[in-house]
Amino acid sequence: MSNLPDGRFIDDAPYDPNVDLSAIDRTDMDAPNWLLVWRKFRRHRLGLISGLFLLLAYMAIPFAGFLSPYTPNERSADYLYHPPQAIKFWHEGDYIGPFVYPTEAVADLENYRWTYTTDETRPMPLQFFCKRTRYNLFGVIPTERHLFCAPEGATVFIFGSDRLGRDVFSRISYGAQLSLTVGLIGITVSFILGIGFGAIAGYFGGWVDWVVNRAIEILRSLPELPLWLALSAAVPSNWGPVSVFFIISIILGLLDWPGLARAVRSKFLSLREEEYVRAAEMMGAKPGRVIRRHLLPNFMSHLIASATLSIPAMILGETALSFLGLGLRAPAVSWGVMLNDAQNLASIEIYPWTAIPMLPIIIVVLAFNFLGDGLRDSLDPYTS
Amino acid sequence: MMFIRYAVWRFLTMLLTLAVVSVLVFIIINLPPGDYLSNQIAELRATGQAEGVAKAEFLRKEYALDRPLWQQYLIWVGMIPGPQGFSGLIQGDFGWSFEFDAPVADIVGDALWLTVLVNLAAVLFVYLVALPLGVLAAWKSATWVDYTTAFVGYLGLATPNFLLALILFYYGHKYLGLPIGGLMSPEFEGEPMSLAKVQSILIHLIVPTFVIGTSGAAGMMQRLRANMLDELSKPYVETGKAKGLSSTRLLTKYPLRMAFNPFVADIGNLLPAMVSGSVLVSVVLGLQTIGPALLTALKSQDQFLAAFVLMFVALLTLIGTMISDLLLVLLDPRIRYGAREG
Repeated sequence: MSNLPDGRFIDDAPYDPNVDLSAIDRTDMDAPNWLLVWRKFRRHRLGLISGLFLLLAYMAIPFAGFLSPYTPNERSADYLYHPPQAIKFWHEGDYIGPFVYPTEAVADLENYRWTYTTDETRPMPLQFFCKRTRYNLFGVIPTERHLFCAPEGATVFIFGSDRLGRDVFSRISYGAQLSLTVGLIGITVSFILGIGFGAIAGYFGGWVDWVVNRAIEILRSLPELPLWLALSAAVPSNWGPVSVFFIISIILGLLDWPGLARAVRSKFLSLREEEYVRAAEMMGAKPGRVIRRHLLPNFMSHLIASATLSIPAMILGETALSFLGLGLRAPAVSWGVMLNDAQNLASIEIYPWTAIPMLPIIIVVLAFNFLGDGLRDSLDPYTS
Repeated sequence: MMFIRYAVWRFLTMLLTLAVVSVLVFIIINLPPGDYLSNQIAELRATGQAEGVAKAEFLRKEYALDRPLWQQYLIWVGMIPGPQGFSGLIQGDFGWSFEFDAPVADIVGDALWLTVLVNLAAVLFVYLVALPLGVLAAWKSATWVDYTTAFVGYLGLATPNFLLALILFYYGHKYLGLPIGGLMSPEFEGEPMSLAKVQSILIHLIVPTFVIGTSGAAGMMQRLRANMLDELSKPYVETGKAKGLSSTRLLTKYPLRMAFNPFVADIGNLLPAMVSGSVLVSVVLGLQTIGPALLTALKSQDQFLAAFVLMFVALLTLIGTMISDLLLVLLDPRIRYGAREG
C-alpha cells in the first residue's frame, strides 16, 4: 500500500488484467452450509457441551446392562432402602484402588426401619469385568459381564437402593433406555404429522388450509396433560410393556404436531409464491415432488432445531404420566416409573435418594434446551 | 360498535370450537372397550351376584349406554331426548358418576371454583414474576442479573412440576411452617365463606401457585426478554437516550409497550399449560380441584365424570383464550377486526 501525494491509497501489487473477478476474497465464506453452521455452533459453548453430553448418553443406551452393576429388577432382600454408598480409594491413608466398605442391616425397632452400619475396617475392592446376573447386551446377546460389580459379601449402591432392594443407579441407567427414546419416537410421529398437515395446508391453501388451521387451533387450545391422561387410560391393561411404551410415545407425539404444522404452513405460504416453485410446476412436477424436493429442504434445519426444543416436553410428559400411574407400568423401568415410588413426602424425607431419578431428567431436559437454542442461533450462518 | 361485533363473532367461534371439542372428548372417553357398567356387570356375573346385575342393567338402560355411540353422544349433549327426556350438558345436567354413585354436579361442585381460583392465582403469579424479571433481564442483558434469571428460568422449565411440588412442600413446611396438603384447613371444609376461611385458602395457595406458575413464568420471561432486546436495539431508543430521557421513563414509555402485545397474546399458550400443570399438581398435593377427580374417573372408566371434567378444563382454556384475544384488540389498535383476507 502506498500513499500518493494527493492523499489516495494505491495497492502496490502489479495489476493483472486476467484476474477472475468472480473469485471470492475470503474462501472461508464459500464453505458448504453445514460447515458454516458448524463453525457458528462451535462457538456456542453451552450448546456444544449439551450436544456432546446427549450424544454420549444416547450412545451409552445399548450398553446400559454392561455399565450397571445390577440388573434393574434384581432384588437384594437384605438391603432395603440402603442409603447411597461412596466408592473410596484411600483406606487409612493408603491408596488401594476403588473399594467399598461392607455394610450390615440393623433393625431400628423404634422407628421401624432398617439402618445400616458400615464396617470401616475391611475395605473390599470393586471387581471389574466380573460375571454377575445375566442380561442381554444390545438386547440380543446374552452375557454376564458387568463393567464393575460389588465383591462377594458387599454391595455397591452408588445411589442407594429402593424399597425392594433394587439398585437405583442400575435402574437409572436402564430407565434411560425408555425415558430417552420416548422423546425420539414421539417427535418422529409429531414430525410426520406436522410436516404432512402443514405442507398440505400451506401448499394447497383454500378449504384444506381452513380445515387444517381450525384443527390446529382447537388442538392448541386444549390442555395437553388431561388429554394425555385420557388417551393413556384407554390403553388396555393387558398389553405388554413394549407395546405400552410405543403407544405412549405415539400418544405424546399425537398432541405435539400442531405447533410444528403451524410453522411449516406459514413458511409454505410464503415460499410457494417463489419463482423456482412456479418453474418446477411449469415443468410438470407433481405437488408431492415440489413439496419434497424444492420446498422442504429450505427450512428442514429450522424444523430440526424446533424439534430439539420439543423433545423435553415429551420426556417430561412421559415422566408425569408414569408418575401418575397411567404411563409405563411396573416391570418396565423408566425415570417416571422410578419416581412413582417417591410419590409421598414421607419417602422424600426419610429416603431422599429415591428421588435421585429427578437429576437425570433435569439434566437431559436442560441439555436439550441448550442444544436447541444453540442450533437455532447458528442455523443462519450469514447473520451476525 | 366494531368491537362488540367482533366480540360476538369471537364468542360464536368459541361455542363452535366447544362443540367440536365435545365430540373429541366423547370419542376419547369411549376409546377403551366397554364402559363402567358393562365392566361391573361382567365382574358381578363372575362373582355370582345376580341382583347387582339387574341393577347395573337397569342403569345401563337409564343412561342409554345400550344405544349406538352417536345417539349416546347426542343424548349426553342434550340434542335428542334420552330415557329421561332432554337432559344433557345444554340443559345443565352433567350426568351421573357411577364410581361415586352421585350426580356429577354434586361431586365436582366446589372443585370447579377452586380450580378456577388456583389457575387464576397461577396466571397472576406468572405475570407478576415474568414482567419485572423479563424486563430487567433485557435491560441489564449480559450481566449477572441476566444470567441468574436465565439460570433460574431454565431450571424452572426443566424440573418436573410434581417433583417441585413435593420438594417445595417439604421445605415450605419445615422452614416456613406452610401447611401441607389441601386447599384449606380441614375444619373449614363445607363451611360457609368467612374471613378465616379465605385466609386459610390463601395460605394454602402459596405453594401450588408457585409450582404451577414456575414453568410458565420461565417461558414467558424468556419471550419477554427476547422481545425487549429486539425493541431496545431500535434507533428510537437511541434517540430517546440522546435526548436525555431517564432510563426508567425511556424503558416504560416505549419499548415496554411494544413488547407488551405478545405478552397478552401469550395467554392462549399459557393457559393450556397452566391447566395441565394444575391437574398434575393437584393430584400430587391432594388439592380439592377437579384434577384428582379426573384421575380416578379415568382409571375407573367413570365416563360421564371424566367427560365433564375434560369439557370443563377445555372450556376454561377456551374462555381464557377468548379474553386474551379481546384484550389484544382493545390494547392494540393495529390489529384488525374479524378474519384476515387473502
